[in-house]
Amino acid sequence: MSASFLNAFLFVGFPYLMLGLAVAVSILRFTFRPFSYSSLSSQFLENEQLFWGANLWHWGILWVLGGHLVGFLMPRTLLWWNAQPVRLFILETTGLVMAMLALFGVLALLLRRATNARVKAVTSRMDIALLALLLLQVGTGIYTALRYPWGSSWYAASAVPYLRSILAFAPRAELITSLPWGPKLHIAAGFLMIGMIPFTRLVHFLVVPLWYLWRKPQLVVWNFRSGTRG
Amino acid sequence: MDIRSQISMVFHLDKCIGCHTCSIACKNVWTDRKGAEYMWWNNVETKPGTGFPTKWEDQEQYRGGWEVVDGKLRLKSSGKQNFLQRIFYQPNLPTLDEYYEPWTYDYANLFNAAEGDDQPTARPVSKITGEFIDIESGPNWDDDLGGSPLYARNDPNLKALTEEQQLQLMSIEQLVMFYLPRICNHCLNPACVASCPSGALYKRGEDGIVLVNQEVCRGWRFCVSACPYKKVFYNWNTGKSEKCLLCYPRVETGQAPACFHSCVGRIRYMGVVLYDADKIPEAGLRPDSELVDAHRDMVCDPHDPAVIAAAKANGISDAVIKSAQASPVYKFVKTWGLALAPHPEYRTFPMLFYVPALAPVTSTFDGDTVANNVEDLFAPLDMARTPMAYLASIFSAGEQGPVRYAMKKQMAVRTWRRALTVGDIDIGTAKLALAAADCTPEQAEEIYRLTSLPTFEERFVIPPSHREQAIEVLKNPLENKGLAGIGFRDAPERGL
Repeated sequence: MSASFLNAFLFVGFPYLMLGLAVAVSILRFTFRPFSYSSLSSQFLENEQLFWGANLWHWGILWVLGGHLVGFLMPRTLLWWNAQPVRLFILETTGLVMAMLALFGVLALLLRRATNARVKAVTSRMDIALLALLLLQVGTGIYTALRYPWGSSWYAASAVPYLRSILAFAPRAELITSLPWGPKLHIAAGFLMIGMIPFTRLVHFLVVPLWYLWRKPQLVVWNFRSGTRG
Repeated sequence: MDIRSQISMVFHLDKCIGCHTCSIACKNVWTDRKGAEYMWWNNVETKPGTGFPTKWEDQEQYRGGWEVVDGKLRLKSSGKQNFLQRIFYQPNLPTLDEYYEPWTYDYANLFNAAEGDDQPTARPVSKITGEFIDIESGPNWDDDLGGSPLYARNDPNLKALTEEQQLQLMSIEQLVMFYLPRICNHCLNPACVASCPSGALYKRGEDGIVLVNQEVCRGWRFCVSACPYKKVFYNWNTGKSEKCLLCYPRVETGQAPACFHSCVGRIRYMGVVLYDADKIPEAGLRPDSELVDAHRDMVCDPHDPAVIAAAKANGISDAVIKSAQASPVYKFVKTWGLALAPHPEYRTFPMLFYVPALAPVTSTFDGDTVANNVEDLFAPLDMARTPMAYLASIFSAGEQGPVRYAMKKQMAVRTWRRALTVGDIDIGTAKLALAAADCTPEQAEEIYRLTSLPTFEERFVIPPSHREQAIEVLKNPLENKGLAGIGFRDAPERGL
């Protein structure tokens, strides 16, 4: 298999496959298996290790993902910010700390799934596979951050135009094919992660109930009087 | 006026014998499934005791129910102000250990054990992990004050008593207990509904039954924390919340729920009450001492023409109004003032009311003999073994007035009936006792009849079934032909 074919597959075909799966299967699962559309919480069975695992993981990864999103939406601003070394240093250190929190979190969650008998009873093979994938993703991210400082500027200059080209249906894989294997693995595994959303417990973040913030406190349903709720 | 109909309940604690038949009936019908083994939608607790889950009444620990902050009612655990911070981890969630680890026994070993010197035993096996376990607690672990130095001693309601009263309650001569059967209260201001960010929990407009939509529930578990009565349970196998559904398929067809139907002591009453939903927000803000009155005040007189007109305007059918007029619950709660809701200070306005149990006849032990040291049929309330402060802590937010009223009236009715049937009490004395308890001979007779001699139809006044208004007609029954139940059927197994 030639290198160019591998690049074309990993960074053009594979992303579209994963994005297509993510959209189509998420909708199908929501329509036909709404009962399964959540994360199977195991806090009821074990909540001490979960306190560390779930909190560190979620808070860490939310900040990291938020950073990725900001860079994706405003790459020029990110480059402008990074123009001063102090600011670059602050940004990358913050990102690294948050990524480390997420790393400790995912390790704690893996340890918990592997050791606690009660949690094992509700652990599927997919749960373990997902945690391993998350570990790989956070690991390659941290590797990139440590091995290639000012990676955030690379992200804005190379990866963001590539990601945008994917979403614009005019893929320009050549933007990233010259990157080292670390960031490339991070990108490919990222698409794998997106493709896995509808097949794993990750669906739970698609149904984060933000509308609760605007809802009336009580919910009254009249089964035989249509249109009156509340 | 926004008149709604609520199917509500009275449990007469003086008649409860603590047999757990109700719990078993419920267990067999609803919770005999993987993930639900530990649930007891109906359970019977011994008071004083820590209950199920352990110390559920301790809201310092569980933060259930509502509180008034800056003149506004808000959830104690997590509402809009902080639910996003708590969505990854619920700080007040009871875990399996607060209930108990469900188990079965390794019965096969009794048959399959190799021949040996010892009798084979059936060791307990966890229903969760499948491993052998040492049983540490179970349902009704503190039944009949079993292990009371550990359990009864930690009853959160004992905080209402002085140190001396607490010691008395634990001394062998003064031991006292009563049973508290509990199901979901189907509250008027349910904290579980208000806390559910997915909007899976809802109150039915037609009869006020509170349900969880299993397809909308995403298992965020806020309801389990928010319900101060801990009557929403987390199914660890399906990752969804479940709760008592008041056997709505039975109620819709005019039948009493399984726990009501099976009650051996016939302590349970069910009937419709009409209430004014517009009064809920204001009532929720009243100080603790006024909550019993505020709650009763919401319940409307079903004979009042204005109430009937408002009920009809809200689409409540004639049959339901007629049923409300014959409701035993209305009599116990409003007309007679005998029944009280549990822990009104949680401000959810529970629609299950209890007639408090009378204390046993007081006697003293002077070292040689046991003597009944009271001349009258009953000892004065302050000499009762169950301190009024204890009952008030459970039934009236610490305010002793409503509890004393209910106790005195019950005692007066018994005095009256004893005067009539046994005759060792003078009728005049009995009439005085009735008057002192805000009761008339006519009312006393009514209370006596509905307490002691009620027929099945008098205990359960359920509106006649309207087949066209059963949930079933919202579904196509042919779609589910050959399947059990109605609604959706889905394998509870997860894996994704």
